[in-house]
Amino acid sequence: MEGTSAVVVDQLTVHRGGNVVLDSVTCQVAAGSITGLLGPSGSGKSTLIRSIVGVQRVSSGTVQVLGKPAGSKSLRSLIGYVTQAPSVYADLSVRENLRYFAAIMGASPSDVDGAILAVGLKDKSVALVSRLSGGQRTRVSLAAALLGSPPVLVLDEPTVGLDPVLRRDLWEMFHELAGRGTTLLVSSHVMDEADRCSDLLLLREGKVMAQGAPVAIRDRTNTHDLESAFLALIDSEEAMAR
Amino acid sequence: MTVIPGGGLMNPRMTFATAGRVLAQLRHDHRTIALLLVVPCLLIALLAWVFDGQPAVFDRIGPLLLAIFPLVVMFIVTSVAMLRERTSGTLERLLAMPLNKLDLLLGYALAFGILAVVQSGLATAVSLWLLGLDIAGSAGWLLVTALLAALLGTALGLLASAFAQTEFQAVQFMPALVLPQLLLCGLFVPREAMHSVLEAISDVLPLSYAVDAMAEVATSSGLSGQATRDYAVLAAFIIGALALGAATLRRRTA
Ligand SMILES: Nc1ncnc2c1ncn2[C@@H]1O[C@H](COP(=O)(O)OP(=O)(O)OP(=O)(O)O)[C@@H](O)[C@H]1O
Ligand SMILES: [Mg+2]
Repeated sequence: MEGTSAVVVDQLTVHRGGNVVLDSVTCQVAAGSITGLLGPSGSGKSTLIRSIVGVQRVSSGTVQVLGKPAGSKSLRSLIGYVTQAPSVYADLSVRENLRYFAAIMGASPSDVDGAILAVGLKDKSVALVSRLSGGQRTRVSLAAALLGSPPVLVLDEPTVGLDPVLRRDLWEMFHELAGRGTTLLVSSHVMDEADRCSDLLLLREGKVMAQGAPVAIRDRTNTHDLESAFLALIDSEEAMAR
Repeated sequence: MTVIPGGGLMNPRMTFATAGRVLAQLRHDHRTIALLLVVPCLLIALLAWVFDGQPAVFDRIGPLLLAIFPLVVMFIVTSVAMLRERTSGTLERLLAMPLNKLDLLLGYALAFGILAVVQSGLATAVSLWLLGLDIAGSAGWLLVTALLAALLGTALGLLASAFAQTEFQAVQFMPALVLPQLLLCGLFVPREAMHSVLEAISDVLPLSYAVDAMAEVATSSGLSGQATRDYAVLAAFIIGALALGAATLRRRTA
């Protein structure tokens, strides 16, 4: 799969509420990669993710997923999507939620148990989602995206509010999935998660600031960690603007 | 996957899955179920008591209420349920999945239709056997009419929810869209006796046909031509509202 792109975004511009939120964004997500989507709050990460999933109204530019225009009917069973806020039914149990989403995705009922296991909610499977903690709800929402093993996973801050052990376990699962050929696009605020990605996409004020492997971005900015690299990029950009 | 060839408009498996999910949500909400089933019976009983000395009036108005309750209740329940779906993000998730918009709408209609049958069955039984409601028609057609009224309420609620951004707005649609229909449907003044402008307005309001049909099946044995025509109009309103609802449900939002 080396070299092929699962997602190709070309000169994508999106307006929301009268403002330019994505400004001629061009980027790719390599097939089988774990691409981290990083950027400050409000930089447009969720908007880019929504555009890739095909639920965002866009102003201009194109988004292709697996060679088809984003939002195509045939893509709907090929993309697992986790929204930033957990989007599951609070008045259903974990298992009832997943059984419903499995039916819609055309996944087998046995997938439900696998997904519950994968996010570590086995002992909560009959609990109502409204009685779960915030992090547990996040995991139910993530489990729903795993149903049917879609070849592309688009995850908007899936590890927010989770403890280090859980985060490590989930990232191990992401790597396992990528090893089996799944393409993952994962947005995050947390820079230490960036080092677990094979590729990074840095977004700032609706523009792509940098794209590349973590090592390459560190080398380019002469820094040792990504947090400093990010700040260095912002500084050099502001210096250029002056 | 069993997509209807050519159209791909709906998929029975997903419609049933959606209906099952909506019913499961209700099943966890005992208080709502109790309210949905008990309140109509209590209101009808109250009506019977109010007209204690005038059984003829209760016999005329009682059946009409059996059409009005399901429509009003299902309208509110559906518009709020759909709005919750929108604000919780589950709608965005579903529309990113291979779910046809009609599967979602029909799933809701099916679930609330089943609920309406139970609700109307109970209210009809209470009216006929406990409150002494005396009608010339059969209880079966009363139920059919109540079911159509409930489906109409559900379809209109689904449509209305597309225009509400908040719960407050959704709840306001009840007085804004349903109360005028209640005033003009013939419950208070026969439609023919209203000012011709009002009668013309009432002619295009769906609730008028639910109430007309109910009055018709309550007073004549069997199914009259008039009732059949009212059913056809109701069915057209239901299908039209569902189609419009599907058209206003956008996969891509700003
Ligand atoms: N529904 C909306 N209507 C109007 N503007 C919006 C809407 N949602 C987001 N925006 C605006 O678009 C911009 C980008 O938002 P977006 O949610 O994509 O940011 P983000 O990078 O995901 O932020 P965060 O890290 O806080 O989740 C923000 O300036 C925000 O104000
Ligand atoms: Mg976001």
